[in-house]
Amino acid sequence: MKVLAFGKIAEIVGNQEIEIDNLPNTEVLLGYLRQQYPQLQNMKFTLAVNKKQVSGNTEIPRGAEVALLPPFSGG
Amino acid sequence: MDRFERQYILPGFGHAAQKKLCEAKVLVVGAGGLGCPSLLYLAAAGIGTIGIVDGDKVSLSNLNRQVLFGQRDIGKNKAETASKIILQKYDDIKVIPFPIFLRTDNIIDIIKDYDLVLDGSDNFPTRYLINDACLILGKPLIFGAIYQTEGQVAIFNKEGQKSVNYRDIYPTPPTAQEVPNCNETGVLGVLPGLIGTLMATETIKLISGYGETLSGKMLFYNLIDHSTYKIELSKNPESDLQRPQSVADLHKMDYHDFCGISAQLDWDTIPELLEQNLETVLIDVREEYEEPKLEEYPYTRIELSQLDNAHESLYKFTNILIFCQSGIRSQQAAKALQEKFPDKNIKSIAGGILSLTIRN
Repeated sequence: MKVLAFGKIAEIVGNQEIEIDNLPNTEVLLGYLRQQYPQLQNMKFTLAVNKKQVSGNTEIPRGAEVALLPPFSGG
Repeated sequence: MDRFERQYILPGFGHAAQKKLCEAKVLVVGAGGLGCPSLLYLAAAGIGTIGIVDGDKVSLSNLNRQVLFGQRDIGKNKAETASKIILQKYDDIKVIPFPIFLRTDNIIDIIKDYDLVLDGSDNFPTRYLINDACLILGKPLIFGAIYQTEGQVAIFNKEGQKSVNYRDIYPTPPTAQEVPNCNETGVLGVLPGLIGTLMATETIKLISGYGETLSGKMLFYNLIDHSTYKIELSKNPESDLQRPQSVADLHKMDYHDFCGISAQLDWDTIPELLEQNLETVLIDVREEYEEPKLEEYPYTRIELSQLDNAHESLYKFTNILIFCQSGIRSQQAAKALQEKFPDKNIKSIAGGILSLTIRN
């Protein structure tokens, strides 16, 4: 599956796009990401699975694209 | 022919759409990086009434992106200056400046007279405040925000509470430390130019019914490679319970507190904050002759009366800790600075230097 990172999250992950093995749902994905990138533990962001924003634990279809979308405040 | 001819001859737009623009009332919050380009295009498009809210003054470092203003405007209020500039260009629209910052006790009275709100503010407390007020009053909200080379744009609340709003996506605000704004991280002036222009585009489309708007969607843009990413937003039933439900509820909210920014702390926490990083500054706002002097920690002295002139030197700090003799003037200073820097962690030290000397 493909993970896309935006804003500060892309800085933490070090890339705008990473490929990882398929994970079953967003909770498992978040657990994996927070372990790999401890700085993400304190970050607040939302997720989109195949370009649909989700809240709560959500199933990730095989080969899906998941975007990590932090809020921006600048103006 | 009038100044809108090129607009109404556009196939599918026409006189009916132009009439809607001329009758519309739009409130633009923040005449900054996003607000300036939005205002230029909304006024040019013929939005009949434009309100501009901004309590801030133009400063030198604004000029790379706040394109309504020039060097001669430094020190002037942004809302009043923007309003004058637009009215010099066009005499067929109304422009109303509000040279103030939005707060829980003034936002409802200002927003209620407008059809929709464009949020060009630059901090989370104001963004949540605007979102919540628009929800209570049922006003559509054109949202736009930037971070370094990226921007996000959306329309919230198009059909009242049925529509998605900011809290559906981000129910919990990030802390001041989590997301620095462009005063701290730098930005190319063209980025808010692009995002502000997208916001004006969405405003014009929403009012006129032309094209397909970003209602219920969020568009991400990155200047580095012009990549865009458009997602479909969804309602989050839990977030709806957490927001203020009425004007009375809104009045009770403390948006700084909600965003993890509270007003006071004790000397005990100072060493930890000072050690943590270089982003912390400790300020003595007393007059030069006042005793005792602080000996325990490094500090900067800015007299209360000089605070307004010291803003530029404070941009780079995330935590601003203020003390005085007994904790009264530092509270005034913290309040004034918090209005200027709503998403910084600004604290007054309770009891002032006297509470430290008593303990020693």
